[in-house]
Amino acid sequence: MTALPETTQRKLGLVIDLDTCVGCHACVISCKGWNTENYGAPLSDQRPYGEDPSGTFLNRVHSYEVQPPATSTAPHPAAQLVHFPKSCLHCDDAPCVTVCPTGASYKRVEDGIVLVNESDCIGCGLCAWACPYGARELDAEEGVMKKCTLCVDRIYNENLPEVDRVPVCVRTCPAGARHFGDFADPDSDVSKLTAERGGFDLMPEQGTKPVNKYLPPRPRDQLDAPPQTDVLAPLLDTVAHESAGLIAWLDRALSKV
Amino acid sequence: MHPAPSVIVFTTLSGLGFGLLFWLGVGVAVPTGWTAFAFFAIGYILAVGGLLASTFHLGRPERALKAFSQWRTSWLSREGCAAVAALIVTALYGTGLVFFDQRWAPLGWLGAALCIGVTYTTSMIYAQMKTVPRWRTWLTPALLLSISLAGGALLAAQITLAIILLPIAAIVQIAWWVRGDNALGRSGTTLSTATGLGHIGTPRAFEPPHTGTNYLLREFVHVVGRRHSKKLRTIAFAFGYVLPVMLLGLPGAHVAAALAILSHVIGIAASRWLFFAEAEHVIGLYYGKRAA
Repeated sequence: MTALPETTQRKLGLVIDLDTCVGCHACVISCKGWNTENYGAPLSDQRPYGEDPSGTFLNRVHSYEVQPPATSTAPHPAAQLVHFPKSCLHCDDAPCVTVCPTGASYKRVEDGIVLVNESDCIGCGLCAWACPYGARELDAEEGVMKKCTLCVDRIYNENLPEVDRVPVCVRTCPAGARHFGDFADPDSDVSKLTAERGGFDLMPEQGTKPVNKYLPPRPRDQLDAPPQTDVLAPLLDTVAHESAGLIAWLDRALSKV
Repeated sequence: MHPAPSVIVFTTLSGLGFGLLFWLGVGVAVPTGWTAFAFFAIGYILAVGGLLASTFHLGRPERALKAFSQWRTSWLSREGCAAVAALIVTALYGTGLVFFDQRWAPLGWLGAALCIGVTYTTSMIYAQMKTVPRWRTWLTPALLLSISLAGGALLAAQITLAIILLPIAAIVQIAWWVRGDNALGRSGTTLSTATGLGHIGTPRAFEPPHTGTNYLLREFVHVVGRRHSKKLRTIAFAFGYVLPVMLLGLPGAHVAAALAILSHVIGIAASRWLFFAEAEHVIGLYYGKRAA
């Protein structure tokens, strides 16, 4: 049934730290790998080594430049580069779920994960139209809608060591920019992190009530400080104080011209 | 949005077909025998042909029957149910006219109401999309319904009705275009709200996540040049509304009416192409493809 649940017992989701993400795309690749080899239809590629390659991904990393406005203290502030991973936000008011004509899209009551039952999906694409975030992609090979499952086949998987029972993007991230947990529990790490760092929603005006939160980049307070080439610079003395020889003569001669 | 030919053909032809079946059901035209057969056949070919065309954009058309199950929440499912109900009821009504020279009026009214229902549910599939500000207005159902009724009157050979309804549809069309042109700007969704980075400064898309294209760019990010769009709007308006009204005013009823229908279909197809091609999905913001 494509009606949304009134409430969910837990709200599993991600915190993505825009301050820490280095834009390495490791989460993109590990996601593609895990979700091609495990639950559901594989994430296909079209012409991967040919002209005009294309493929299905559940997680993509954009990069944005943000130009802070000039102030009297910083008349020419440096622009900031922000790497921006984006995947399904497992919204509380997920518009992708209610538009589904077959009941293939649903939000789970027990943990709030938004999933697609691939054997019911007719590939009409309407859920992707309804999603403002571009989190759903129709697989060109299978003809069904693919989306982030929050690695539902990892987080409850008792065959995996406990440390691996998190979404693969979280497990992989070398910078520790991604965190997984239950937002319904105010004492969970993700809830505390969101409260502490001012975690925010993407496109709040769309009314989707996303579960995933983003942490803002911290101000780059050192960026506009006077340049210092090397921490060792003060310890290094100039080797030659006075020039001599042919070069010195040439230097003197040219400066007189 | 990607102007998929299957969806343009579907909405244009089905709208016209259900418009014709509406006027037949209401009883504005009450043909019997072979004439009735011809009218209903045209209505069914257009309506069913359009519906069949729409299945071509499905990834898994063999599972299309499942789409009738979620009418409680999904406009697409409601559209499917309404279409089947409208076709069945209208077929029964048509049987009376074709084979028994009988007009079963209540059946006709019910069929007509269902035909309106199909076009309305189709339009709500688009009008419900908060992600496409150009579509999210009551003017979208008004546009699709007024075109369906005007085109249907034209096909039902109701000259007076067509001369009244075509200009009404034309006015709704202009209102829809004018409102749509700054709908994204007024929606409040910008790259700043999309990224949440607006508190630092003005964000700009620096590098996309992939060097090639993907499903999202193909499906949602279609950019039409302003001059291109102006020309097409002129064509859509002239052929869809102005020319048919002028032709209907001419003597030589049959040839002029046939030309009016042809011109109307060409114009509405152009209008429908723009309906999709000009519609800005907010995903485009993430890719830096929209000015807003």
